[in-house]
Amino acid sequence: MIGWLAAAALCAGPVAAAPHIPKDDAVVVERLPLKPGDPVNRELRDLRQALAADPESIENAARLARRYYDLAMAEGDPRYVGYAEAAIRRWTAQPGPPTQIVFLRALLRQYRHDFTGAIADLDAVLARDPEDSGALLWRVALRLVQAQYPEARADCDRADAVASKLSAIACRAVIDGINGKARAAYDALSAALVHQPASDPDQRQWMLTRLAEMALRFGDGKLAEVHFRQAIAAGGPDGFVLAALSDYLLDEQRPAEVVTLLKDWTRSDVLLLRLALAESALGAPAAREHAAALADRFAAATLRGDRLHMQEEARFELFLRKSPAKAVGLAAENWRVQREPRDARILMEAALAAGNPGAAQPALDWLNATGYEDPRYRALGEALRKPRQ
Amino acid sequence: MKARWFPQAFAQALALAFALLGAAYAHKPSDSYLALTVQGGQVAGQWDIALRDLEVAIGLDADGDGDITWGELKAKHSDIASYALARLALQADAKPCPLKATGHLVDDHSDGAYAVLRFGADCGSAPDAIEIRYSLFFDFDTQHKGLLRLEANGQTQTTAFAADRATQRFELRRASRLEQFLSFAREGVWHIWIGIDHILFIVSLLLPAVLILVRGQWRAAPRFAPAFWDVFRVVTSFTVAHSITLSLAALGVISLPSRLVESAIAASVALAAANNLRPVVGSGRWIVAFLFGLIHGFGFASVLTDLGLPKESLLLALVGFNLGVEVGQLAIVSAFLPFAFALRSTLFYRKLVMSGGSAIVLAVALVWLAERALNFKILPV
Repeated sequence: MIGWLAAAALCAGPVAAAPHIPKDDAVVVERLPLKPGDPVNRELRDLRQALAADPESIENAARLARRYYDLAMAEGDPRYVGYAEAAIRRWTAQPGPPTQIVFLRALLRQYRHDFTGAIADLDAVLARDPEDSGALLWRVALRLVQAQYPEARADCDRADAVASKLSAIACRAVIDGINGKARAAYDALSAALVHQPASDPDQRQWMLTRLAEMALRFGDGKLAEVHFRQAIAAGGPDGFVLAALSDYLLDEQRPAEVVTLLKDWTRSDVLLLRLALAESALGAPAAREHAAALADRFAAATLRGDRLHMQEEARFELFLRKSPAKAVGLAAENWRVQREPRDARILMEAALAAGNPGAAQPALDWLNATGYEDPRYRALGEALRKPRQ
Repeated sequence: MKARWFPQAFAQALALAFALLGAAYAHKPSDSYLALTVQGGQVAGQWDIALRDLEVAIGLDADGDGDITWGELKAKHSDIASYALARLALQADAKPCPLKATGHLVDDHSDGAYAVLRFGADCGSAPDAIEIRYSLFFDFDTQHKGLLRLEANGQTQTTAFAADRATQRFELRRASRLEQFLSFAREGVWHIWIGIDHILFIVSLLLPAVLILVRGQWRAAPRFAPAFWDVFRVVTSFTVAHSITLSLAALGVISLPSRLVESAIAASVALAAANNLRPVVGSGRWIVAFLFGLIHGFGFASVLTDLGLPKESLLLALVGFNLGVEVGQLAIVSAFLPFAFALRSTLFYRKLVMSGGSAIVLAVALVWLAERALNFKILPV
C-alpha cells in the first residue's frame, strides 16, 4: 500500500486544467479571421474612421452598418450584426430615426428573428416612401415567414410596378407554391427561368431551390433531387440547400448520403442536427458525440437568451432525445415566432408522438387554410385528425 | 441605391424567407464566460474573453500578421486586465468590492482561443447579496453577452449579461448551519484524501503496528488485539495533537510561517519512514504521532484559512473540518489494518511493503523537505 501511495505521489501530475500557459512566446494561440492588411479589414477601418471623424453623419453610419450586415450574411458571423447595431445606435436609441437607419434596423432585426419588429420597421419605411422596392420585397419575405399570405400577395402586386418580370413571377410563385398550387407555381417559375435566365448565380440557386421544394410538394421527389443538385452546382454549397436536400434524403431513408454531404458542416447547428439524425439512423458512433455537441449549443443559446433554432431544438428533442413532451413545447413556441412549412411539420410530428393532437391545432389550421399539398404533411394531418383508439 | 438593390435584394430577401438563419449562424456569437466563487468576504473570479473580441477592443496582433502569439498576448496582459476590470463592478450589500488581477492564462473554446483572466475581489465580510454591473464590449457589439456562473454557499446561479441587462443583483442564500457544517466536513475529508503528505505520515507510523520489535528486528505480531490498540493509540494521539494546533491556529492564537510548517511536515514523514527501516522507536510511536501531529495541525489550519472562515460560525467550521479530517483518516486506517494484519507474516509485507515502501516514502519526503525548505519544485505533488 505504501509503495502504491508513493508511486501515486510520483505519478499523479497536476490535473491538466484547460486554462494553461503556453510553453513558448512564439506559440500561435489564435489566427484572426481577417488579417489587419486584408482589403476587407482596410475597408472597414476606413469606414470606421470616417464615422469617427464625423459621428453625426447618417450616411457614414449607414455605410458602415450596411458593410457589417453584408459580412454577417456572407460569413454567417453574428458578431458583425452586433457591430452594425452599435454603429447606428446613436439614432436607434432616439425616437423616429431617419428612414435609412430604420431600414437597416429592419435587416438586423430579422437576422435576430425579431420578425415582428422588422416588419414594423419596414412599415415605417414604406409609409414614408411607398415605392421603396427594397423594403417592399423584404416585407414579402418576412410575411411569408409569418404565414401572412394575403398581405404578402398584396405586396407582390405593389412590387409589380417596379420589379422585373422574373421577380414578379417568382414573387407570386412562392406564395402559390405554399397555397395548394405547387404544380402551377412550378410550371410558371421554370418557364420564367428558361425565358429569362437568372444572371446572378445566387439568384439562380435560389430559383432552383424553390423549384425543388415545389416538386416535393406535388410528390415528385426525383425531380426535386435533380433541382437540389442543380442548385448546389449553380451557387456552390449553401447552408439552406444542403439542409433541404438532407431533409429529403432523411425522408427517403438514405442517411448514408446525408453523412457524406454534411460531414464537413458541423459548425452550423442546423446542419449538425441533420448529420446527427443521419448518423443515428445508421447507428454510427459519431451520433452520440454530435448529439452531445448539439445539446451543449442549445444550452449555451438558451443561457444567452437566443431562441433562434427552436425548430431544430424541437427535432433534436423528438428524434434524438426521444422526449416528445419537450419537443411539443419547443415546436409550439417556435410556431409563435416563425411559420414556414417545416415549422408546421415538426409541430405535427411532436404532437403526434406526444399523444397530444390538440397541440398541433395551429399547424392543422395552417394546413387546412393553405391546402399545402406535400403528401407527408397530408398524412400527418390525417393521423392527427383520426380519433384516438 | 434603389436601382442597384433591386433584383438582388429580391433574391436575397426571398431566399431568406426560407433560409432565415438556417445557416446564417455558422459562427458562435460573441460571449465571455465569467465565473465567480464567493468564499466568505472574498470573491475569486475567472473571466474567459475571446481573443477575437480583444483584438477589436484593444488590438493584440502587434506585428499585423493575422496570428496572435503568446508573446504578443503577454505584452498586452496589463492592458487586458485594466480594460476588462474597468468594465466589471461588484457590489456586496451596496459596498464596492475592489478587483485585482491575479493571473493570466489562455484557453481554447469551441470557437477559438480565449484570454483567461483570473482576479480576486475583496468584499470585506460575507455578503447577503451581490450586485454585478457588466459592460464589456457593449460599446461596439450590442449582441455581446457575458455568461455568468456564480457560486456561493454551495449554490450555483447562472445568467447572461446583455446590453439591456447590464446590471443584475443576486441574493446569496445563506447556507443553513447544518449545510455549513457538512460543507466544512466535506472539505476536511477531501483535504486528507488529497493531502498525500498527511497520509504518508500516518501510514508510515501504522506499518509497524502489525509487527513487534524484537532485538531491533520487526516480527509478526501474534494477536490482533495488541495491533489494533497500537493503531488506536497512534491515530488518537495524532488526532488530538492536530486538533489542538488546528484550533489554536484557526482562532489566531498561534501562527507559524507556512514554509516552516510545510518543511517540518516533510521532515516528519521522512523520520517516520526512516524509523521503519532503522527502528529507534517501537511501541512509543504514539508519542511521535502526537509531537508531529502538532505540526500537521498547522498545515490543516492553512487550508481552513484559505477556505475563508465565516466569522459568525467559526466554531462550527472548525469542528466540521476537523471531524471531516478524522473521517477521512479513519477510512484510510480501516482499509489499511485488515490488509496489513492478514499479510503481516509474509515476506511480501515485511520486505516489499514495509522496507521497500518506507524507502520510497523516505526518498519522496526528503525531496519534499528540500523543495519546501529551499523553495523550488521537482515533484509534481
